[in-house]
Amino acid sequence: MNKIVDIRDLRREFVMGDVVVKALNGISFSVEAGEFVTIMGSSGSGKTTLLNILGCLDKPTSGTYLLDGIEVGTLSRDELATLRNQKIGFVFQSYNLLPRTSALENVELPLMYNPSIGAKERHERAKQALEAVRLSDRIHHLPNQLSGGQQQRVAIARALVNNPVMILADEATGNLDTKTSYDIMSLMQELNHQGKTIVFVTHEPDIAAFSSRTITLRDGKIISDRQNTNVRSARDMLEALQEPK
Amino acid sequence: MNVVNLLRIALRALRRNKMRAFLTMLGVIIGVSAVIAMVAIGQGSKQSIQDQLTSMGSNMITIRPSSRQTIGGGARLEASTLQTLTVKDAEAIASKAPHVSAVSPMVSTRGQVISGSYNWPTTIQGVSAGYLDIRDWELSDGIPFTDDHVRGAAKVCIVGQTIVDNVLPGQDPIGKTIRFNKVPFMIIGRLTQKGENAFGQDQDDIILAPYTTVQKRILAITHVQTIFASAVDQESSEVATEEITEILRANHKLQPNDENDFTVRTQAELISTVSSTSQMLTILLASIAGISLVVGGIGIMNIMYVSVTERTKEIGLRMSIGAKGRDILLQFLTEAILISVTGGIIGVVLGVTVSKLITVFFAWPTLVSEGSVVLAFVVCAITGIFFGYYPALKASRLDPIEALRYE
Repeated sequence: MNKIVDIRDLRREFVMGDVVVKALNGISFSVEAGEFVTIMGSSGSGKTTLLNILGCLDKPTSGTYLLDGIEVGTLSRDELATLRNQKIGFVFQSYNLLPRTSALENVELPLMYNPSIGAKERHERAKQALEAVRLSDRIHHLPNQLSGGQQQRVAIARALVNNPVMILADEATGNLDTKTSYDIMSLMQELNHQGKTIVFVTHEPDIAAFSSRTITLRDGKIISDRQNTNVRSARDMLEALQEPK
Repeated sequence: MNVVNLLRIALRALRRNKMRAFLTMLGVIIGVSAVIAMVAIGQGSKQSIQDQLTSMGSNMITIRPSSRQTIGGGARLEASTLQTLTVKDAEAIASKAPHVSAVSPMVSTRGQVISGSYNWPTTIQGVSAGYLDIRDWELSDGIPFTDDHVRGAAKVCIVGQTIVDNVLPGQDPIGKTIRFNKVPFMIIGRLTQKGENAFGQDQDDIILAPYTTVQKRILAITHVQTIFASAVDQESSEVATEEITEILRANHKLQPNDENDFTVRTQAELISTVSSTSQMLTILLASIAGISLVVGGIGIMNIMYVSVTERTKEIGLRMSIGAKGRDILLQFLTEAILISVTGGIIGVVLGVTVSKLITVFFAWPTLVSEGSVVLAFVVCAITGIFFGYYPALKASRLDPIEALRYE
């Protein structure tokens, strides 16, 4: 199997004055292509630090992190930026769409930083990505003309547009109501079925139930890493939610 | 990142904040247009001052006999009574000095002019046909006398307005005959009015006649009192002076250690006044230019600086999806340059328009020089880069993790 993420004895320490805070204290796991992994943990468990390292925004103090076979720890700032551009699709809790910018232009953004893609291809791929998140009819809408769920779907389209090896979601449903978060999770599951590798950081057990595997952190260590035998379908949940009416 | 994408990113970012971009631009627009309009006014004024000075004869060179000659006990004679300058000298200067464009000998005397029952004391100047060019003096009526008139010692004259007012009131002077010291002269031209000169002398109280006529029929002399010459332009009056001195020394057969028996004077003082005036005007306008543009530039810096803080999250996002520090730096720099260059273009158009309007509505001479347009534009582009750089650098050095979390 093709390992997308391969982490060995990863440590990340922060020096705060005299105190050394061990945010990650020896973590090892790997993610295979096509997996849907949730990373859980309460605040202070180190999941944000892990997310930053997984997203190539931060580098480990020690240990190795191979992303799609590339050793991340030795890369420069610019090389990390290129890696983020080509291998990772971020989905944030607060969507982070550019205001007063159409959905299409928001989705095009990652491709703007990829010099090998021309204007026409960029346009086409952005349209396809918006189609994949079922927003073809909203491509010229501005973020403030879209609902929270729609905005998050634009953000997912933006994460998909550069064909990343991994979609990295950070509390992507945190700002949404139950119904909309089921809708987003159903989209995530759909993408996963199409073969996308998804790593989803959350603190809601509810959300973790939709993934195929859950890693739980506490105090910078993995306390559990288990396959989810009973994966729930977000689509069914969504329909169940609408039935009682 | 390629230039097209860079421009597109910067343009989209500016488009998201049209109002702010415009207000930032306003500083540059006002700066550049003020510079262009100011310089246009300055250049226009300078040009009109120069034109006026030229009409006063700033190229004019005056050659008079020197009071080297003495009588009896060593008393020097008044220059006008000396007889060292001749028509031959004037002819030699005209033919041999390359930096001299026109030469006119002059003899003059005072006397009474009479016409009918009117009479008036005035000055008659005997000059050649080129004199009007040397003085840059035009006729309002009639024709100037010619070389033929000079050769034939014709009894024709050109009169100033004061003569007309005093001896031919209310009449068309052309074709009339007046008598000066009993010699009749036919008026063939009238001079445009010059008014008083800086010393309160009436410049229109004059009769111009061929010098030969004045020499033979009024004064009965063969020498000339003064020679007027005109340098080809203001800058060459020095050279022309040297040439004239050379020629006259040769003509007068002076030995190397002999003193000149003539003096050559230029309007050097006038010329230096002109250049110092224009110099001062230029400095004044340049400082206004500097201040306006610096203020405009600080406006750009101010907005870009605030914008970096305000857009921290946007910067974080761009970095998280793959923008390198350099991409962010170039984006902000490009935004600053786009603002300043666009503002510069609008400012140039506005400045030129304002200059034209000033000329149309206030009849103030303006001259939009290409130099000032190019300078204002280049300075404002440089201002954009200079003042945009620091905020852009600050943006590019943000830590993506911190930036993303910024609220």
